Amino acid sequence: MKKVILLALSAVLVLGSLAGCAGGGSTDTDSGSENDVIKIGVFEPMTGANAAGGEMTVEGIELAHEKVGEVLGKKVDLVIVDNKSDKVEAANAASKLIEQDKVVAIIGSYGSSLSMAAGDIVKNAQVPAVGCSPTNPLVTLNNDYYFRVCFIDPFQGTVMANYAFNDLGAKTAAIIQDVQSDYSVGLSRYFVEAFTKLTGDANSIVTTTSYNAGDQDFTAQLTSVKSLNPDVIFAPGNYGESALLIKQARDLGITAPILGGDTWEAPEFLSIGGAAVEGAVYSTHFTAESPVTDVSEVFLTDYKAKYNNDANAFAALGYDAYMLIIDAITRANSTDPVAIRDAIAATEGFVGATGNITLDANGDAVKSAVINKVEGGKFTYLTTVEPIK
Amino acid sequence: MSIQEFLQHVANGTSLGSLYALIAIGYTLVYGILRLINFAHGDIFMLGAYITYYGIIYTPIPWWLVFILACVLTGLVGLTLEKLAYKPLRGQPRITILISAIGASFLLQNLGVLLFSGRPKAFPTPAILSRTLIIGGVSVSLISIIIPIVTIIILAILSFIIQKTKTGMAMRALSKDYEAASLMGIDINGVISFTFFIGSFLAAVGGIMWGIKYPQLIPLMGVMPGLKCFIAAVIGGIGNITGAVIGGFILGLGEIMLIAFLPSLTGYRDAFAFILLILILLIKPTGLMGEKIAEKV
Repeated sequence: MKKVILLALSAVLVLGSLAGCAGGGSTDTDSGSENDVIKIGVFEPMTGANAAGGEMTVEGIELAHEKVGEVLGKKVDLVIVDNKSDKVEAANAASKLIEQDKVVAIIGSYGSSLSMAAGDIVKNAQVPAVGCSPTNPLVTLNNDYYFRVCFIDPFQGTVMANYAFNDLGAKTAAIIQDVQSDYSVGLSRYFVEAFTKLTGDANSIVTTTSYNAGDQDFTAQLTSVKSLNPDVIFAPGNYGESALLIKQARDLGITAPILGGDTWEAPEFLSIGGAAVEGAVYSTHFTAESPVTDVSEVFLTDYKAKYNNDANAFAALGYDAYMLIIDAITRANSTDPVAIRDAIAATEGFVGATGNITLDANGDAVKSAVINKVEGGKFTYLTTVEPIK
Repeated sequence: MSIQEFLQHVANGTSLGSLYALIAIGYTLVYGILRLINFAHGDIFMLGAYITYYGIIYTPIPWWLVFILACVLTGLVGLTLEKLAYKPLRGQPRITILISAIGASFLLQNLGVLLFSGRPKAFPTPAILSRTLIIGGVSVSLISIIIPIVTIIILAILSFIIQKTKTGMAMRALSKDYEAASLMGIDINGVISFTFFIGSFLAAVGGIMWGIKYPQLIPLMGVMPGLKCFIAAVIGGIGNITGAVIGGFILGLGEIMLIAFLPSLTGYRDAFAFILLILILLIKPTGLMGEKIAEKV
C-alpha cells in the first residue's frame, strides 16, 4: 500500500516538473510573440438580466474576428470578459482588460449603465472604447475615449413618439420605466419630450410609473395605468421584465398598444411573453429583412453560415464595432491606444453592416432607426426612419 | 380610486402574498425544527423550477406528473444538501452551520449559471393553467386562484402531520430539546431528513407556481423571493407555519398597496420589505404568532 502511495506521489512530482518545463517554455515563446499580437478587449454581460443581449453581441464580434483576424501583419486576440449585467462588475471588467490584459481598445457594453460604469476607467487609462448598443447620450458625453456605432436615445425616443402619434393616432400615453436603468429612464424622458411636443399638450402623458430591474410583479403599476386608459403605453426596459410586464398587462385586460426600445430584440422576449407580446412595437438598429449596405449582405450570409440562424441587430452592431476598430488601427498604422483613439474619432463614411457610420463630435454614430413589430411569434420589419439632419 | 380598481389591487396583492406564503412555509418549517435559517431555500426553489422546465421540455411525461416528480426530486436534492453541508456540522456553534448555508446558497446559484446558462428560459406553462377569469370587472388569472388554495391545503396537511402524527410528535420534541429527544430514542437523522425533504418539496411547489405566474427562469431567481419569504417568516414568527402564511399575505398585500397608493415610492418596494423586517425585529422580535422562548439559565 505504502509503495503504491509513494509511486503515485513520485509520479505526481515528475509530472509537475514536466509541466513546469512546458510552462516555462511556453512563457518564453509568449513573450517572444507579445509584439506580434494585438489584444482587443470585450466586456459584455454574459450572465444576469442582460445575458441574451451580451451573447448576441459577442456572436457578431466573434464572426468579425474570424473574418479579419489580422491587422498590421499581427494576429488579433479577443479577450472576452463577462460583466454579469452589474455596474460594479462592469467597472472591474474594464479595469482588468486594461491593467492585466493590456488591450489596445475595448468593445462594449450592451446596456448604457454598464458602459457608463466603465466610462471614467477608459478615459483615465486613455484606452479607446467602442460601444455596440448603449444608447444613452451620457455614455459618450464629455468622454473623449468613448465611442459608439449606434444612434442615441433622443433620436430613438423621437422615432417612437412619432410612431405613436402619427401611425397609431395616440393622443395620450402612459410611461412605465425601470428606475435602475439609465437606458430606460433616459429613453422615457426623450419620448415624453417628443410626444408632448407633437400633441402640444403637457397633460398628454397621463402617468409616469416605475419599477426596479429584477421585479417580477408589475400588477400594481399596471392596474393604476389601466384606470387612466391611455391610448398607448411606452415601457422600455430589459427584455425579460418587459415580456412579463406585457403579459401581466394583457392578463389585466389592458388592450392599448405597448411600445418599447431596442432592448426588446431578444428571442427570450418572444418565448417569455408568448401570445401576449403579439403586436408589441419597438425601435432597433438593424433588421435582416432590409439590408442597407453591401457589408450587410456579406454579414447576413456569413452569420447564417456560422450560427444557422437569422442575424439580429446586436450581432450586427458587434460586428461593426470590431470592424471599425480594425479599420482605425489600419488608418492609425499604430497599436498605440491614443493613436487608435484619434483614428476612431476621425471615422467618416465607414461602411458597416448596420449602415454608413460617421462619428459626430461626441463620438456617436448618426444612423437610421428600424421599427419592428411582433407578428406571428416573430419580429417583423415595419419601416425605417431616417435621422433628422 | 374606484372600488373596482381597489378590488383589483386586493386581488393582485392576495395572489402575490399567497405565493410568498407558500415559500415561507418551507423556510419556517426547517427553522422551527432545527433552529437553522436555511439560506439555500431560495436556490432550492430555483432548482425546483428548472427541474420542472427540463421535465416538460425534454421528456414526454404529462405536465401534472412532471410537477409531482420535480417536487419529489427537489425534495431529494434538499435532503442530500442537508447530508453534505449541514449534518457534518451538527453540534458545532450555530454560526458555523449558518455560514455553511450561505455557502451552499452561492454554490447552487453558480451551479445554476453553469448548468442552465445565464440566459433566461421561458417556463412552459400548460395552456389550461394560463387562462384569465374576469369576476365583477376584476381580472384574475386562474393560477392566482390556485396558489392560495394550494397554500391553504398545504398548511392544513402540515398542521395535521405536526400535531397528529408520530413523526410530527418527534419533530416537535426535536425542536424543544435536541439532546433529550435523541435520548428518548427518537431517530434524529430520520426526522431531520424528513423535515428537509418536506421543506425542499414545498420550495419546488413554490418554484412551479412562481414559474407559471412569472414565466421567466434565471439562475438567480431564488435570491429575492428567498429573502422576501424569510422576511415573511419572521413577520409571522419564525418557526410557526400559520405565522408564515399570515406574514406572506401581509408582505404581498403591503407591497402592492405601497405602489398603488404611493406610486412615487415604487423604487423602494424591496426596501419596504426590509424596513418591515427591521421594525418587526425591534418591536416584536418573536413575530406575530411566535412563542416567547424562555431563557435557559
